[in-house]
Amino acid sequence: MKIQTETAERHVLTLTVDNEAGTLARIAGMFTARGYNIDSLTVADITEDHSVSRITIVTKGPPEVIDQIIAQCERLIPVHKVTDLTDAGPHVERELALVKVNGTGDKRVEAMRLADIYRARVIDATVSSFIFEITGGPDKIDTFIALMRELGLVEVGRTGIVGLMRGSENS
Amino acid sequence: MAEKSGADILIEALLAQGVDTVFGYPGGAVLPIYDALFQHPKIRHVLVRHEAGAAHAAEGYARSTGKPGVVLVTSGPGATNAVTGIADAFMDSIPLVVLTGQVATNLIGSDAFQEADTVGITRHCTKHNYLVKDPSELGGVIAEAFHIATQGRPGPVVVDIPKNVQVATADYDRHTGNAAKRYVPAGDADFALITQAVELLAKAKSPILYTGGGIINSGPDASAALRELAALTGAPVTSTLMGLGAFPASDPAWLGMLGMHGTYEANLAMNQCDVMLCLGARFDDRVTGRLDAFSPGSIKVHVDIDRSSINKTIRVDLPIVADVGKAIRQMITVWNSRKLQPQNLDEWWARIKGWRSVDSLSYPDSKAEIMPQYAIERLYELTKDRSPIITTEVGQHQMWAAQHFHFDAPNKWLTSGGLGTMGYGLPAAIGAQMGDMDALVIDIAGEASIQMNIQEMGTASQYRLPVKVFIINNEWMGMVRQWQQLTYESRYSNSYSDSLPDFVALAEAYGWKGIRCSDPAKLDDAIAEMLSFDGPVMFDCRVSKEANCFPMIPSGAAHTEMILNSEEVSGTMDDEAKALV
Repeated sequence: MKIQTETAERHVLTLTVDNEAGTLARIAGMFTARGYNIDSLTVADITEDHSVSRITIVTKGPPEVIDQIIAQCERLIPVHKVTDLTDAGPHVERELALVKVNGTGDKRVEAMRLADIYRARVIDATVSSFIFEITGGPDKIDTFIALMRELGLVEVGRTGIVGLMRGSENS
Repeated sequence: MAEKSGADILIEALLAQGVDTVFGYPGGAVLPIYDALFQHPKIRHVLVRHEAGAAHAAEGYARSTGKPGVVLVTSGPGATNAVTGIADAFMDSIPLVVLTGQVATNLIGSDAFQEADTVGITRHCTKHNYLVKDPSELGGVIAEAFHIATQGRPGPVVVDIPKNVQVATADYDRHTGNAAKRYVPAGDADFALITQAVELLAKAKSPILYTGGGIINSGPDASAALRELAALTGAPVTSTLMGLGAFPASDPAWLGMLGMHGTYEANLAMNQCDVMLCLGARFDDRVTGRLDAFSPGSIKVHVDIDRSSINKTIRVDLPIVADVGKAIRQMITVWNSRKLQPQNLDEWWARIKGWRSVDSLSYPDSKAEIMPQYAIERLYELTKDRSPIITTEVGQHQMWAAQHFHFDAPNKWLTSGGLGTMGYGLPAAIGAQMGDMDALVIDIAGEASIQMNIQEMGTASQYRLPVKVFIINNEWMGMVRQWQQLTYESRYSNSYSDSLPDFVALAEAYGWKGIRCSDPAKLDDAIAEMLSFDGPVMFDCRVSKEANCFPMIPSGAAHTEMILNSEEVSGTMDDEAKALV
């Protein structure tokens, strides 16, 4: 007998939650306990009084599993609202990455040139290194990092994505 | 307003919730609370012998009274010992509020004596949990904890209270707080969905009502409403293990329990129905058998208060998120206001009659030894007039009790369904007896399970609780042995209950009465002796050693592939089936 795996699709969920001790552990632990995937997760408080946070989770699963994930999130007491941006329609996703590249000569010049094309900003420089700051959708960042790999990539830090619905409605 | 200590605030907050009984065990980190309890005689504290017993006793109390069960244990091992009961309550949707002591806030994280990360450990087996860091929060937290534990789909809530928070002082006003604001569960059902459900039922030629523990959790009116709905629609009724008693077993529409050890007629009717109305049940794997063969031709309507129960395993056609009692009442209203009549169900009932004639609960009779099924049948016949509360442990005896003991009212059947916790029955019986001192409470046990919380005999002795423990003693972990016989060619690996205690002598050691019986001809008299004794009794019922619990749907099989008796057992299974629980 072999273990079976199912085909999965990517979904971006945003959760509005009470900003209190244990909320993130509750959500992350629920994913682990029920065998769901987390590709990325971001969290920060979003109200003036710091009482509410928004969590953006990128997950993968077949449609019925995504449906269960949403229901299981909603079941948690501090979770007030869950939106599946992928299902909800047009939305924007943005991520920030810091990309450190070491190099000299042609490679350094080429890295600079590509950074310009990708609208990445230099936020630190030495004679032999740059740190670029780049924002965009995950695909753009993936592509930029792949290019930098050729040119002396040392390390990368990524925030994971945040997302909002397009238009005037709340997500 | 004069400030009060955290411990006093806690006691007042409990009294404000109407708490009169607490199951617990003291220890260093809850001494301030125990001292406060000492000064508040309005709360009865039941001293258990092990914290697992406290949690199960609170479950038994909650399930039989409909009120939340309250547990009080110390930090570290006190809390971890209670975890099995908390997880059990989570699986079976039992309202508990579990108060755990914790080391002082300044010591948290320092690996202090008797420190455990209680909120971390219980995070995923509670409906919600709290670490209270200031006594001023305590009143609001307790009010919210009871609200969350009891409203919506009930469940356990843990409140972890560091020792310095119990001692420090703050103001307490019982009228503050907004407990009900943050958590608002589903109530009435969407009227359009109810109308659709009723139309489906009215058109059905072979309907079935598949009911679960949600009916019992919804309250006595849900059981009453279920009876009315069944009468209006003429549909047969089956139930999960957790829902037994919601519909009277004496009613002609009752098919018996469904699922792995359910009746032939219940499982075949589930398989062949055209409209399935699932009321407060959750399509558990013990119920469905092989998912892709589960009731293939039916339109499925699912009423559940918990949205996450819907479409979790079985895809349903009409999901209704609502309190099941209210939803049934709405269905009755729609049915009556439209003056609907059910279809002619004669053919459907004729088929059910055919399945019933298989008599799937029959078993080989014996004059020489007590058959376990016979023991439970006699126990039922000799106690049914007293409407007893029955608790069970987990295993063969539990399934035999579900099959051969019959319930006509809710809140009389207390068993560990979801988690399947051996050792549940005795403490649950103690909790139920605390809830109703006049009730006849019987733990139908196995000789292996009873030993998992046998220390609670001392609790029953201390509080003069006349619980009866009826041990179906076959000297095997019977269900394990049965699976080994069915799946592993009778290689009985570690399933023999060796070195059993002398249960009669043990009973006497605890100040109980002990009775032993191994002769079917003397069984009735022995049961009568148990019932007439005004105090706790341990009944060692020596039964046929290798009886199997049938009918049975083997793991990975469909409802239509039931094993009805031992002759159909092959003794092996393929790996796919072996991998299932």
